[in-house]
Amino acid sequence: MSRDRRTDAESFEAQAIPMFASLYNFAHWLTRNREEAEDLVQETYLKALKGFVSFQQGTNFRAWMYRILRNTFLTSRSGLSVKMTVPLDREEDAVGLAADTPEAVLLARADQQMVQGALERLPVQFREVILLCDMEEMSYQEIAGIVGIPIGTVMSRLSRARKSIRELLAEKVRGASK
Amino acid sequence: MTCDWVPKLDLYVDGELFDGELTEMEAHLRACPTCAADALSRLQLKRMTQAAGRRFSPRPEFRLKIAQSINAAKRPPWARRWAPALAAAAALVLVLVPAAVWLQHLRSGQALGELADLHVSTLASANPVDVVSSDRHTVKPWFQGKLPFTFNLPEMQTSPFKLIGGRLTYFQQSPGAQLLFEVGKHQISVFIFQNRAELSGLNSGSSLSRKLAFNTETWAEGGLWYFVLGDASPSDVHDLSELLRSADRS
Repeated sequence: MSRDRRTDAESFEAQAIPMFASLYNFAHWLTRNREEAEDLVQETYLKALKGFVSFQQGTNFRAWMYRILRNTFLTSRSGLSVKMTVPLDREEDAVGLAADTPEAVLLARADQQMVQGALERLPVQFREVILLCDMEEMSYQEIAGIVGIPIGTVMSRLSRARKSIRELLAEKVRGASK
Repeated sequence: MTCDWVPKLDLYVDGELFDGELTEMEAHLRACPTCAADALSRLQLKRMTQAAGRRFSPRPEFRLKIAQSINAAKRPPWARRWAPALAAAAALVLVLVPAAVWLQHLRSGQALGELADLHVSTLASANPVDVVSSDRHTVKPWFQGKLPFTFNLPEMQTSPFKLIGGRLTYFQQSPGAQLLFEVGKHQISVFIFQNRAELSGLNSGSSLSRKLAFNTETWAEGGLWYFVLGDASPSDVHDLSELLRSADRS
């Protein structure tokens, strides 16, 4: 019995520790606060360790960890306030919008800090999807599973997030060149 | 007029197009400069988001806290259930044999003081190390034939630590390796000896402590005994120890 428990904890450790820095980074982007991010990651690890016995080996461990983190975030202080704010526009409207800015010029002028600023200004529903896709390089299917939304909504949120970032960058670049 | 392929450009950039669709898209991009430019700028934005997103790093103390909580779960339930009783028993033993403990403590202090002296005299020397190199593949082989054991050195490139070199040293009549590392302006000595019963007594179970105002960390692994000492911050001493331990496990 204790041997099983030990093996479980070791197997959990081997899989969960390598993703510690990425999970923390994602948590910090969600909470935008170091203390809350630490609480969130700690709770995630405790919940995951406890629930690891029910985790089906061979399925997507990384997506499972991110799902726990995200669900834990939704019950946290800043997560609860996020739940109250629903984007007003219909998400589906944004799919496939063409960029109307001369992008190569725009992006060449934007720096990392500007992109970080733009990411910060995105509503968390969009920020989480674009970070999971672009930063964590997860598939639409994985993101849909983590966030609990249909793939179509993943695509529309991504599209909207990118459009907002482009607009925010354009605003910044124009502001900086004035 | 917007090209029919535009709605699929994000899917292309995100690697969500497969087989036939992917081939068709690639053929289209070769033929349509507008879509090709659009795809390129989307890819550019994706790369920028990726780089900008990697922004926050956890504190080393927090990393340690999480590692410890996972480690605690590895202990069998009886160990945790009996922990208070064991602690009480341990306290009783400490009360019954204070003299032995005190003697051991004195001996430990003396021995660790000797290592601190070695560190200080090394730094004071005009030639602190016998093999001067920041390359672990130079420093490690230098000890070949000079020591009755071998050890692993970690890859330092991505860490704030720089290997300065190494020298042969003696402690309690046994040969060992002394490696010198630099972090910022601080220098840290890492002593490696074959583990013996006398040294195990000095082993504070990988704990970080302060000896003569130096920060130190000590542990035993794979038949070797490690002692890390320097005037750098406790977290630097700990991080370097972690690096060395990871090299030993790899």
